[in-house]
Amino acid sequence: MTETTEIMTETLILTEALKTALIARFTALADDEITLSHRVAEWTGHAPLLEEDIALANIAQDELGHGTLWLGLRAALDGSNADALAYHRDASEYRNAPLTELPKGDWAFTMMRQYLFDAWEVLWLDTARQSSYVPLAEAAAQALREEKFHLQHTALWVERLALGTPKSTHRMQDALNQLWAYALGLFDPLPGEADAVAAGLLPDVTALQARWLGLVRGHLEGVGLSIPSASELSASPLPYSRSQHTEHLAPLLADFQRVAREFPESQVW
Amino acid sequence: MTAPSAQTYWDALRGVADPEIPVVNIVEMGMVRSIDIFKHSEIGEHGVRVRFTPTFSGCPALHVIRQGITDALAAAGADAVTVENVFSPPWTTDDITPEARAKLETYGIAPPAPNGESSLFMTLEPEAVRCPRCGSFDTRITASFGSALCKRMYVCQACKEPFEGMKSV
Repeated sequence: MTETTEIMTETLILTEALKTALIARFTALADDEITLSHRVAEWTGHAPLLEEDIALANIAQDELGHGTLWLGLRAALDGSNADALAYHRDASEYRNAPLTELPKGDWAFTMMRQYLFDAWEVLWLDTARQSSYVPLAEAAAQALREEKFHLQHTALWVERLALGTPKSTHRMQDALNQLWAYALGLFDPLPGEADAVAAGLLPDVTALQARWLGLVRGHLEGVGLSIPSASELSASPLPYSRSQHTEHLAPLLADFQRVAREFPESQVW
Repeated sequence: MTAPSAQTYWDALRGVADPEIPVVNIVEMGMVRSIDIFKHSEIGEHGVRVRFTPTFSGCPALHVIRQGITDALAAAGADAVTVENVFSPPWTTDDITPEARAKLETYGIAPPAPNGESSLFMTLEPEAVRCPRCGSFDTRITASFGSALCKRMYVCQACKEPFEGMKSV
């Protein structure tokens, strides 16, 4: 088995098109992690419980760590610099899914978004462990170990709030209604990704969506929440995508990038 | 000067403490995979390459540890040190030695339960966590996250003391 894997790796030839597809996916992943990490970190000092304040700070730190992993993988392919990409690209150049840039909202919104995202990330990473691009397979295995703790935590919060008081149930349903279409946007294939999927380099996001739907639908409906119907969704399709952001991304980046841009020469802050 | 031996370098690395948990060192925590010595090579007269496995990818202590490795080996006689990240196989808490587990417990941190083959959706710890103060197994998790990425919070229902435990990954 091991021998076969090694032989396959050696003969894997990364064409320019495949390389471009990998770079695009690593950038999208990194941008998701960076922007969501920033939104989660906005709770620091403001969460409803001290333990949750700490939990969210941990989650934000993990996501930022994963952002660094993805930018590291990108750097190995194109020699780019992680700090330059994170701090010196404008909103129009960011490739995160609009889900991750939405303002943090209330506690229900924060937990629901994190849950929907964590479930996507865990499944993406689980599949990426089988990637024929070894650096990705290794990074995915590492990140998956950390991400599982997030999903475990947020799944419990979804359950707790959905089954809590009428007010908490209402807020969770409200959050789900607002977030669902954005969450589905995570599964939009990137342009040019199909060949990399066919070559076994990247997970097939369309197949992942089916797994994700099975997982989150069971959990959400199991705690009495209703998922917006396909007809409701098609009645008002989202005008946003990874290359067409909401008005919320630019202010997020202004905040996140401010120090780096004010002091471009600094090495340590 | 005579070239330092591999043993000298390993001993030097055992002097590098985990910045988050200073009672244990990075070798017994399983973070150092191997060292390679290069004598009279292009990287230096006494070059050392350390293959290092990060614990949690977002851990801010990693920078401190890498610097600690470089400083410790330089003090042991190396004139060129490279620290290479190795992600495969990923670090697991099963790599922590029995001696380090004992030190963690004495320090007040419950050592991680054996990880084994991890399932996709981790549930509770497969084994009960023992209170590092009174030794009771009558403990429960109070928070899934703690003061560092590698730890979570528990309370002992026997002696009523809160304590930290290492996550099992």
